[in-house]
Parts: sequence; structure tokens; C-alpha cells
Amino acid sequence: MSQIETFYEVMRRQGITRRSFMKYCSLTASALGLGPAFVPKIAHAMETKPRTPVIWVHGLECTCCSESFIRSAHPLAKDVVLSMISLDYDDTLMAAAGHQAEAALEDTIEKYRGNYILAVEGNPPLNEDGMFCIVGGKPFVEQLRHAAEGAKAIISWGACASYGCVQAASPNPTRATPVHKVITDKPIIKVPGCPPIAEVMTGVITYMLTFDRLPELDRQGRPAMFYGQRIHDKCYRRPHFDAGQFVEAWDDENARKGYCLYKMGCKGPTTYNACSTVRWNEGTSFPIQSGHGCIGCSEDGFWDQGSFYNRLTNINQFGVEANADKVGLTAAGVVGGAVAVHAAISALKRAQKKTQEKVEG
Amino acid sequence: MASPSTTVPAHDLAPEDLASVSHQTSVYVYEAPVRIWHWVNAAAIMVLCVSGYFIGSPPPSMQIGEAVQQFVFGYIRFAHFAAGMILTFGFLGRIYWAFFGNHHARQLFYVPFWRVEYWREVLFEVRWYLFLAKEPKKYVGHNPLAQLAMFFFFTLGVSFMIVTGLALYAEGAQEGSLTADLFGWVHGLIWNSQRLHTLHHLGMWWIVIFMMIHIYVAIREDIMSRQSIVSTMISGTRTFKDDRPD
Repeated sequence: MSQIETFYEVMRRQGITRRSFMKYCSLTASALGLGPAFVPKIAHAMETKPRTPVIWVHGLECTCCSESFIRSAHPLAKDVVLSMISLDYDDTLMAAAGHQAEAALEDTIEKYRGNYILAVEGNPPLNEDGMFCIVGGKPFVEQLRHAAEGAKAIISWGACASYGCVQAASPNPTRATPVHKVITDKPIIKVPGCPPIAEVMTGVITYMLTFDRLPELDRQGRPAMFYGQRIHDKCYRRPHFDAGQFVEAWDDENARKGYCLYKMGCKGPTTYNACSTVRWNEGTSFPIQSGHGCIGCSEDGFWDQGSFYNRLTNINQFGVEANADKVGLTAAGVVGGAVAVHAAISALKRAQKKTQEKVEG
Repeated sequence: MASPSTTVPAHDLAPEDLASVSHQTSVYVYEAPVRIWHWVNAAAIMVLCVSGYFIGSPPPSMQIGEAVQQFVFGYIRFAHFAAGMILTFGFLGRIYWAFFGNHHARQLFYVPFWRVEYWREVLFEVRWYLFLAKEPKKYVGHNPLAQLAMFFFFTLGVSFMIVTGLALYAEGAQEGSLTADLFGWVHGLIWNSQRLHTLHHLGMWWIVIFMMIHIYVAIREDIMSRQSIVSTMISGTRTFKDDRPD
């Protein structure tokens, strides 16, 4: 493996100066929340470690993850990471196509068996033997299994790979299945979102390439450093939430004042992501800042959690659309009615008994 | 009826009353900790239902001052969390008392489903509530049907609400907090906080329905059964209205 270039060599070949390289190392350290002591460590790792090849495969998806990824705010991070991985296999970004591309994939799998990272964008549909998603003439699920076999670790990009996203929403006709339910014997890191934030994506991949291990994961297998808090916990509109000042309609005075979007169905309180801190497009904005509630795109099954514009989820198990309050009120109404009827009969019975006792008396 | 006695001193005391007081006894059923817990718990549930409903559907926006001077929704949430903690620790205290109190204190926490006799009595109670049995039986503690309902509606319902509630609280307390360490696993089961919110919300209605039935039945039995019900949870003593056994 000595013939493989180090990260540093790749960067220098890209025309990046030593000074810029050091800047990149400090930026990465701070983005990952590691502190200044880690800057020389990152630099050292980048200089001495052979780069880790990444294979990026695409299943049922919309390519929004790739679109987000190539918009990573720090151009250096983008260039470096992108050039490091596109060299191997990414059928959307690579220059090669057709048989050439497939050959490149095979080549990488064989050459770096057990050492490459498999990044999966989208998910495999399992119905009809996976015929709903064909890559290179074969069902995607076969490519996924084949590529996963020799992978060191797997990154599930976006809501599709992590949870299934829209194609897995009820009734899920193609049986689109998240990666971790198909590949069960490899370490999998989920980076959910539709799409995930670019800096989160490059941050995760840089961490893995640099430290040669997975970042700390939470219970659902998401990197804790980016998915440890809810949008709500760091939302700049939070003071209006605590004050009880809400937007009541999209065009009202409160909306203009930038009040809390909770009543408009904002899913910030139930969504784990870094949008309210990292934000999007070089930290320009994020949905809540532009006046629309969070839709909870980085949460499991977010398409099936009712309307984007209501805090109370519709529960479709009851045949008709109803939320917890409607179900509860109906049940309470039925029980209340039953209680009233029962009480009436009880009273009648008691009266009857009393009369009888009097007669018998 | 007992024959009239000639030694009745009080003019307002009917002879049959005197005869009955000389026979009928009361049993001390609910000890003080159980009674105090019952009413504290009832108050906590009332606060939790109202504040919880408002958390799901907030009251209209209020403009008292700038956001820094106003904490309306914050207080609603505080009331919910405070009442939730009182309910939780009250319930833990109640579990403690199940071990150290009298045997009636244990009825809430189990259903003797292995006893055929128990199910026969449940069936009898069902018949009583369907107006098929002429007269109810006497019970010192909960009647078998009540015990069953208490266990499924209340004990399981409140346990569910405590666990899901603390898991939701852990979201605000965040990773590394005690609640997150103890109850974060719930998120590992449910996976979507919105889903957990919905389940917790449905749980409220479960408890509301329990309350409706509980209050109705307590009043009905107080009037129609052969023993005291409502006052028993105040004084702790169960009094009986007749001397016949069973």
C-alpha cells in the first residue's frame, strides 16, 4: 500500500500551499469541535497516512446529497475531499461512464479490499428482486451488497440511505429499504437530512479519513457532534417560543416580526440536526430563518409524521385522518356517552328497586 | 328489621340506625400515605393534562412585552415538567409503599391472573355493571374488576407516561444529563421524537378516559354498592351498609 499517495500529497498536487493546508487543518479541528491541540495531529495524519479511497454509490435518490456536498462552504474542504473521493468511483461526478466506470468500481473494490469507505446515497428497493433501481444493468441492491462486502465502513448519506425518505413513505410500493436493514455486518454511520448539510458531510468524511475511525455516534448511529441537539435547542427564535409568541398565520404581523413558527407546524423541537448552528450555503440561512418551519427532514420516517404545517401528527391507522386530539376526544366522547347512559340506567334500576322494596315492605 | 328499642335517647336516631351501628363495622383500608398520594397524584394529573394540551396546541400569542420580559409558554412547560416530576416521584413513593404498607397498597401493581376464583369474581362484577346481577358483593379493597382496570388503565398508563415523558424531557436536558442517561433509550426504540410526542399525547387521552370512568364508578358505587367508596379515600376507612356476609 506504500504506493498510495498521502492526503498531503494529493492536496499539494492540487496546488494547495502548505499555509492553506494548515488553515484547512485548523478549520477541520474546530468544525469537529476538537480544539487547537488536534491541529498538528490532523496535519500529521494528513501528511503520513495513505489516503483512504471512497466509493460513492447511488441507489433510489434525487442526488440532492451530491448537490449539497459539492456546495461545501469551505472551498478547500470541498476540493480536497471531493478530489480524494471522486478519483475512485462516483457515477455522478466521475469522468468515466458506462463500462469504464464499472471497471473502475471493480478495480477499487479489488485493490483496496477491506480498506475503502463505502458512501451510499439513496437506498435499495427490495420488491420485485430490486428491479425498481438498476445500475449497470443489475439491481442496485446487488451492487450495494457487492461493494459493501469489502468496505471498511459505510456512510449512509441523507434521509434515503439512513431511513428511507420519500420513496419509503407509506405505502412504500417499491419496498425501499434503508442501508442498515440490508447490510448488517458493517459499521454504518448515518448522516440524515434531505439533503444533509454540506459542512456536516465533509466534516464526517474528513474525520473518518483523518482519524481512521468513526466519529462518536448516537443511539441511531448518527454522528453526535452534528446530531446531538435539536434545531429547537439552538434556534434563534427560541425566545419567542418561551414567551408564547407565535406566528398564527403565514402573512400575519407575528410572521413579519419573526416570531416562533411552532404553531405553523415547525418540527424544530423534534428534529436533530445542525441547521440552526452551521446553517446552509456558507452560513447564509436555514429554513426557519427564511420564515418557514423546519419539516424534520433528518428524522426517521418524516414523510409519515403528518402535515409539515401541523404540530399534531395525523394518525392514519384509524382509517381517516385524525390527530391525537381527535382520536382522544372521540374516545373520551364515546366513553362519556357510555357513562351517561350507564348512569341513567343505574338511576332507573335503583328507583325501580326502591319502589319494589316499598311494595314488598 | 331490628325491633324498636325503648332505650333510644336521641330523638333523631331511628331505632334501626342504632341497631345497625351496633353491628356494622368499618375496616381501615387506605393508610395515610396512600390517601395523600392519591390526591397529590390527582392534582398532578389535572395540571399535566391541561398544560400538556397547551403544549400540543398553544394558547393564542400574547404580547405582554418583548420576548425577554415574557415567559408565558415557558411557564406552561414549567408547570408540566414540575407536575410530571411530582407525579413521577409520587409514583415511586407509591411503589415503595406497596412493599411497606398494608396488603391493600399492593392491589394496584398486580393482577392475580393465575387464580380461577379471581376471574370468576371479575365476571360477576361485569354482570353487576351490565345490570345482570341483582346485588353487588362486598369488597374491603378494590373489587376484582376495579383492580384489573386500575392495573391496565392507571398503573400501566402512568408508567408509560412517566417513561415517555422523561424521555421527552431528556431532549431538552440533552445528552449527558441524568434523564438522558436514564431514559434516552426510549428514543433508541421509537427513533422519531415526533412519533414519541404523538404516543405521549395519546397517552394523555388514555389517562383522561381512565379519570372519567374512575370518577363515575367511584360515585356510582358509593351510592349503589354495599360499602363506602369516596369517603374511604378521605378517611381511609371502608364502612359497610349491611351485616350480611359476602
